[in-house]
Amino acid sequence: MSDLPLGFFARLRLALRAFGRILSDGAFAAGILRLERGELAGAVAPAAVAEPSKPLLRDTAPDSALQLLALLQREGRFVDFLEENVGAYSDAEIGGAARVVHEGCRKVIRDYLQIEPVRAEAEGARLTLAAGFDAAAVRLTGNVVGQPPFTGALMHRGWRVTEIKLPKLAEGHDVRVLAPAEVEL
Amino acid sequence: MSEARYAVGIDLGTTHCVMAAVDLVASDRDDVVEGIEVVPQLTAPGSVEERTMLPSFLYLPHPDELRVEDRVLPWDKPQPFVVGELARAMGGRTPIRLVSSAKSWLCHPGVDRRAAILPVEAPEEVARVSPLQASTRYLEHLRAAWDHQHPDALLANQEVVLTVPASFDPAARELTAEAAAAAGLSHLVLLEEPQAALYHWILAAQGEWRKQVQVGDIILVIDLGGGTADFSLIAVTERDGSLELVRVAVGDHILLGGDNMDLALAHAVRAKLAAQGIQIDPWQLQALTHGCRNAKETLLGDAKVEAAPVVVPSRGSKLIGGTLRTELTRAEVTQNLVEGFFPVVEAAARPASRARAALTKIGLPYAQDAAMTRHLAAFLRRQVDATRDLEGFEDRSPDETTFLHPTAVLFNGGVFKAPPLLARTLEVLNGWLEGEGAPPVRLLEGADLDLAVARGAAYYGHVRRGRGVRIRGGTAKSFYVGVESAMPAVPGMEPPIEALCIAPFGMEEGTQAELPPQEVGLVVGEPVRFRFFGSSVRRADHVGGVLEQWAPDEVEELEEIEATLPAEGRQPGEVVPVRLHAAVTEVGTLRLEAVPRVGAETWKVEFDVRGER
Repeated sequence: MSDLPLGFFARLRLALRAFGRILSDGAFAAGILRLERGELAGAVAPAAVAEPSKPLLRDTAPDSALQLLALLQREGRFVDFLEENVGAYSDAEIGGAARVVHEGCRKVIRDYLQIEPVRAEAEGARLTLAAGFDAAAVRLTGNVVGQPPFTGALMHRGWRVTEIKLPKLAEGHDVRVLAPAEVEL
Repeated sequence: MSEARYAVGIDLGTTHCVMAAVDLVASDRDDVVEGIEVVPQLTAPGSVEERTMLPSFLYLPHPDELRVEDRVLPWDKPQPFVVGELARAMGGRTPIRLVSSAKSWLCHPGVDRRAAILPVEAPEEVARVSPLQASTRYLEHLRAAWDHQHPDALLANQEVVLTVPASFDPAARELTAEAAAAAGLSHLVLLEEPQAALYHWILAAQGEWRKQVQVGDIILVIDLGGGTADFSLIAVTERDGSLELVRVAVGDHILLGGDNMDLALAHAVRAKLAAQGIQIDPWQLQALTHGCRNAKETLLGDAKVEAAPVVVPSRGSKLIGGTLRTELTRAEVTQNLVEGFFPVVEAAARPASRARAALTKIGLPYAQDAAMTRHLAAFLRRQVDATRDLEGFEDRSPDETTFLHPTAVLFNGGVFKAPPLLARTLEVLNGWLEGEGAPPVRLLEGADLDLAVARGAAYYGHVRRGRGVRIRGGTAKSFYVGVESAMPAVPGMEPPIEALCIAPFGMEEGTQAELPPQEVGLVVGEPVRFRFFGSSVRRADHVGGVLEQWAPDEVEELEEIEATLPAEGRQPGEVVPVRLHAAVTEVGTLRLEAVPRVGAETWKVEFDVRGER
């Protein structure tokens, strides 16, 4: 077995798999208990410990979030729309503005991201999840008991980004300016 | 120089440029490795994206307008100007600093194309550029984009095919070649855009094209771009048992395109808003034009939709309160676009031309009649004899035909993405044909209306190496110089002008015309100018032939040509008899030389592009 430390997502998947199996498999749970007490130390690499020893959270860089927000504002007036008090307007007025937002934001989403449903089945269809399914991509809800394969109804197809290509930013470009103020001379 | 690895096609368009390439090493005759080249460009301050099109706009920012770091491109140091998408966006807000339609200016006979005149509306402090410089900037950008992505195969070492409208006159072609040379494109060939579109059709058909046309076909190419309409006729002939294509005629230069259509719709909607008491400013008109274009695409793309909303967002941050909402109906689109630009007209229709208003300011000579179908009718009627002398076509134009009958049609340009416009054009054309008992045209299906010209141009670079069928045809005009006729002077009357043919119709690239027997006099040390003429219908004239009179439709006056004999070894003021010699260069431009009676020396005769008529 390799001694290389696993990456965060690999560990997360492992932890989630182990979590499910601890609940469903008594013998496996007992083994994990021994491992956790240190009784199996040396037999299995410590990296296989199910729970991370310290919280592994990271701050995401705000640049691409702000860049996307600026694109949504530029093409779809997204920030303008959210910052307005929609309570003061009729639905017809909001509808007119919503077209600007919808058209522009959809253009941004289509131009810069490839988005596809996680599940190809129609919503409402019944489907079966085999053991080892990706719990990050499929969320179980309701009567979550027993062991896989799980059978249930697809309530939401989910969305997954398969490709993202944002514009390149110049070094020194201030991404915090979502839209410059405009002054007409 | 190393052998070119790629043939690169560049569509230097009025509204946008596209670049495509064929990998010459990886391709063989029918298996062509080709594709569109993306062009990194600024799309917002400090933001660079790869796009398939480079909008042909040049923006000249104020020094305080754009920070240096927000003008950075993946190559080179930041330039004091902006090209492409960001230029177009900034120009929408500040039109006085925007150069647009440089290509149309490049062939505008009324202005000096080498003088810094653009933007026309710019205030004094803006450092203007010439139409030639603007075109050079676009080509420099494309070259930098290419070199950035192909550092081991620089564009200067590749074979570049640059497209020009078929209707470009010799001076505009020469200026285009000059811009390319200034941008460092050293292996250059010019190709007419409708031909490039047909090459793309051949490429896309992957060898099957021979089954879709036959000997005797006359293909009409209608290329309606953002700013210009361009027609060509290409005949299918046979030589040594295989099909051959001959371009037999090209149309006049018509400044009429898709942008005119979007603007027409925007004005219609603006009038509608004005009737409701809502005035819109120029910024909003731009947004309205954009909105109308989208609404038009919705309406023309789906026959079930009766009206599409058009929304003009507020300029301020109050989006909901300030947004104007209106709609574009099917009836409005039909009336303004289908009936306005593609009306059903007789085959005998001719474009209306009203007397020009006094020129108070310089502007582009836009087509005075917006009806594309009338321009098409006039073109086909003028070219009724285009195939008369072509082998195998002798019986194709009996005396009762009043216009040339095409048998197939190929559409190109973004305008024809709208099925109703394409259908209407076919309907009108087939109506004319039916009127003379001819069968309807076949539609040659060719996808990629926006990108076909660049891809076809790159493919032409491949074909030129003997790896495919070439469209023959040569120059689409015969050329003449004006000489004063030898008749006694009459006071108060200009001596009549005769036209001396110096270049016959259909001169191929890299060929020379013979020397005319007639001589003209050049004055040593002084520029001497000659009137210069071209004809797109006089196919049979030979070098040395003299026209004493001609029909107004038959011969058009082009820009003057000018020759200067250096004074070395001669007396200034001495008159030297010379003969004018025409050649078509390998690049595809017309070259005129003055050849004296004695001595081996020749002098180049320049096209006068200074617009001093």
